[in-house]
Amino acid sequence: MAAKKLNLKDKYRLLTRDLDWDYDYADRKKAFPYEDFEGIKITDWSKWEDPFRLTMDSYWKYQAEKEKKLYAIFDAFAQNNGHLNVTDARYVNALKIFLTGVSPLEYQAYQGYAHVGRQFSGAGARIACQLQSIDELRHVQTQIHAMSHYNKFFDGLQDWTHMHDRVWYLSVTKSFFDDARSAGPFEFLIAISFSFEYVLTNLLFVPFMSGAAHNGDMATCTFGFSAQSDEARHMTLGLEIIKFLLEQHEDNVPIVQKWIDKWFWRGTRLLSIVAMMMDYMLPNKVMSWKEAWEVYFEDAGGALFKDLARYGIRMPKFVETTAKEKEHISHQTWWIFYNYGHAAAFHTWIPSEEELDWLSEKYPDTFDKYYRPRWELAREMEERGERFYTQELPQLCTTCQIPMAFTEMDDPTMISYRASDYEGEKYHFCSDGCKHIFDQEPEKFSQSWLPVNQIYQGNCGGPGVEDVLRDYYKINLGHDNMDFNGSPDEQRWNAWKGTEKDAKNKDAKDKDKDVA
Amino acid sequence: MPVVAITPDYKFPARDRVENYDGNQLVYVGWDHHLMFCAAFTYLIAPTATFAELRDGMLPKGFSLHPEYSKINWDSATWLLDGEPFTPQLDKSLQEQGIGHKSLLRFQTPELKGYQNAGV
Repeated sequence: MAAKKLNLKDKYRLLTRDLDWDYDYADRKKAFPYEDFEGIKITDWSKWEDPFRLTMDSYWKYQAEKEKKLYAIFDAFAQNNGHLNVTDARYVNALKIFLTGVSPLEYQAYQGYAHVGRQFSGAGARIACQLQSIDELRHVQTQIHAMSHYNKFFDGLQDWTHMHDRVWYLSVTKSFFDDARSAGPFEFLIAISFSFEYVLTNLLFVPFMSGAAHNGDMATCTFGFSAQSDEARHMTLGLEIIKFLLEQHEDNVPIVQKWIDKWFWRGTRLLSIVAMMMDYMLPNKVMSWKEAWEVYFEDAGGALFKDLARYGIRMPKFVETTAKEKEHISHQTWWIFYNYGHAAAFHTWIPSEEELDWLSEKYPDTFDKYYRPRWELAREMEERGERFYTQELPQLCTTCQIPMAFTEMDDPTMISYRASDYEGEKYHFCSDGCKHIFDQEPEKFSQSWLPVNQIYQGNCGGPGVEDVLRDYYKINLGHDNMDFNGSPDEQRWNAWKGTEKDAKNKDAKDKDKDVA
Repeated sequence: MPVVAITPDYKFPARDRVENYDGNQLVYVGWDHHLMFCAAFTYLIAPTATFAELRDGMLPKGFSLHPEYSKINWDSATWLLDGEPFTPQLDKSLQEQGIGHKSLLRFQTPELKGYQNAGV
């Protein structure tokens, strides 16, 4: 008699229950040494239910189908010079940030989930983390492939892994994940699966992907679609994890709340780069950052936290600050990069008259009062031929590592300065949120590798800033950095599109033959 | 509250301790309500340098880009050192007047309101 064919549900049960075994030759605690030290209490791992019940064979089959479609579109995109269909060459700078700042986080997520997927003694959680780990590896690979086409035609995409490890503003994203990965496995899950994937991912992923769609970038847009079902799975897992931890033991509640407070604030700081991308970098805007925050956090997140209230979980600390920050954060962040445009591996620019009006309309209470004057000063100087680049290195926040540019939200012309003393040293922060995180774990954050401080310690080459940028960061000076206005990117674009007076510029001709 | 770590004695010297700066120290200087510069600046300076060497020797390079910089009247400018009111003594060293490693100096120029009087 032929063996009965197993259905998916049975396969999942066998994979996540029967495959687990007890050790008669070793202490189970020694086999899973990371499971207890954070204070999380798990009384019954068998209660873990992955809502997707994926098995290896269904996973491979499903992902392989998606890959086939995705790479067919990448091929067509490359063969048809798809990069010429984007709205404007300025748009590609959003991709430069994505590739240097976000794609390496997918790789970090792959490493992180591989690690925690080994450390849980529950087989169901191990399998779920393993599958997510493979997803994340797939995401970084497909992102590289989606953007490699742009690397042939635009500056700043050539050394993204090297840059991620070294460049000052990329330490913001890198240190975020380093922090999560150096925490215990349960904190990692709350940080990445819950706070990031569940609460905030719609504010990272959706803006970039709809930004791509609105700006004619078929390659990135298609990658987005291909990753969407994975992301949906990750979000559901994030919710499952938090409910599982809260239901396992009441002692877990305050620990989980502490992590939510920390990682929500870390996440909002990380998203400041998305805020500026949406408001300043997309030639065709999707929606303002403020609108995105209201839809994806205030409405959706508000409903989520209402749902979690029955477990004794409240809204994250400092959430009331974010309600004010949504009016300011994108403007203040783009201004950082405009100030330090000579030290970035992407281009910056002054918003056009039309864009300034769009910002006034979207931010009626703040833009004209606080931010339009900054751009008018910048334009006045640019028109005199003195496009200004800030000459000194900025003070950085010890926690988020962003230059201390954020203001008091009730006094937006005053920088928000916060400080703590720890073992005789002074530490500086951009906000109550970042100070609070430091004060909870000063032993950890007194180790922050702050790019400016490291330059002054002589650990980044030098002696001059230009040496650091060229030799330590590997920024191709005069190509990757400086204003978009007059950049080789702009000149090539105009030559391809036949749009500008200096279309015959010599620099533009170099890469011209590549596309002809 | 201490960090929760798997390592029993999670303890490391501060990464930015003054010994790492080869006899110098870091001092942060910001100009309040002048946000043309997005953040305060970081200076590497000897603790034995005088306040005049900092103010007149080092600050102009970065701050003079601002259209109001040349109008600053240092006699009426006020200062905060790590959040406390502070009267600098030009000919005394930084360390003699309590400006330590990673101290934050902020100056205010109440008669100058920034570009378009907008705090820029």
